[in-house]
Amino acid sequence: MTADEDPHQLVGAYVLHALPAAEEVSFENHLAGCAACRAEVAELSEVTLRLASAEEADPSPELRRRVLDRIAHTRQERLPRDRPHGLPVRQRALRLALAACLVLAATFGGLAAWQHIQADEARTETTRTQAQASALTDILTARDATISTQKLRDGSEISVVASRAQDRCAFIASDLPRLGDDQVYELWYAAKTGGLRPAGLLPGSGGGQARVLRDSLDDVSAVGITAEPAGGSRQPTSEPLGIVTVPA
Amino acid sequence: MSKTGQDGHGSRRHSSAEAWLDARLKRAAEGDHDAFADVYDALARPVKGLICRVLRDEAQAEEVTQDVMVEIWRTADRYRPELGTARGWVLTLAHRRAVDRVRYVQASAARERHSALLAEDRPFDEVAETVERHEDHHRVRSCLAALERHQRVPLVLAYYQGMTYLEVAACLATPAGTVKSRMRSGLRLLRRCLEAR
Repeated sequence: MTADEDPHQLVGAYVLHALPAAEEVSFENHLAGCAACRAEVAELSEVTLRLASAEEADPSPELRRRVLDRIAHTRQERLPRDRPHGLPVRQRALRLALAACLVLAATFGGLAAWQHIQADEARTETTRTQAQASALTDILTARDATISTQKLRDGSEISVVASRAQDRCAFIASDLPRLGDDQVYELWYAAKTGGLRPAGLLPGSGGGQARVLRDSLDDVSAVGITAEPAGGSRQPTSEPLGIVTVPA
Repeated sequence: MSKTGQDGHGSRRHSSAEAWLDARLKRAAEGDHDAFADVYDALARPVKGLICRVLRDEAQAEEVTQDVMVEIWRTADRYRPELGTARGWVLTLAHRRAVDRVRYVQASAARERHSALLAEDRPFDEVAETVERHEDHHRVRSCLAALERHQRVPLVLAYYQGMTYLEVAACLATPAGTVKSRMRSGLRLLRRCLEAR
């Protein structure tokens, strides 16, 4: 599909987990700014939960033992709730950078929607939408968060906020130029070993964008952005517009 | 609309058992191993049932169930009771991981061959074969049966086989746009049926 197609039709496929990865990422971006879609996702998620609940199978007794054994040695992820006072200087500097980034971001869709979600979250959010929104908050407030920014040739700016501890990163851009009707922006993960893999699509309408990238950061050394034909590509077909290094 | 969203996944029956489970998951998020064991005991059967249904492979289903359970422990802090039940949160994650696995493991050619068989309405027969331990299972089954075949099959192929809508479209030789809208309308009809009883 192209980014210009009616995205509302995708609600069913989305709650069934039937969207290809790149389209799912793109739809979630749309979702962040579409309250009606979020309400419909919540409704239809109840139906898929019923489908999920219609199956049962007995796990082996060993499975229980193995799981309880594993969790005894598995550290839990903690979301930051109460900000500690008196952060170290580096942390404070980073927070300033993040604050600046948020102010910048507040004017555009993704983050504006994100703030709306925060305010509205007790009402009509699904677990997944909420997970997206809180994932962004988690990364932006992670203690080990790093922010790397690059100015593109056209004057727009792209940033990657990464948390190795959370194994995730967020891509934030301002003033991306509008592409041709048959083009989208595509994000890429550059592996330490040199390979590139798709990390999601952004609408060719450009402007401001904020997006949590889904896959693990494990072997990632940089995030790149290119312009690609609608629907995205498996490998870049044009020169990168920018590449942001993710600190190890 | 706004009402249904309020308690998200669990609005149909937020019984005291569900509320208890929600509270246990919250406790588990604070590092309580016993609370996590309760969550495991309450949800391991439906989690494995769902994963088994999607993967159709007992050994792999055990493995993925284990990964999902450990992931639930690790990320329990993300669970927000005000947005839905623990059951909904856990099963959504389990389905996601089952689908990830199926897409990762199975070569698409083999899957398309496989699903060509399934398109003969076998998916529904398999739903019919599952043991009805629960009144709810029966309801879901009869509501699925009440759908028109062209609406039921895309839902079953996507949800229970882990196919993308593009794969469903290829397998049914139906335009992708049609499949997308049938998925949506099929779910809406299913919802109406489930609510009507």
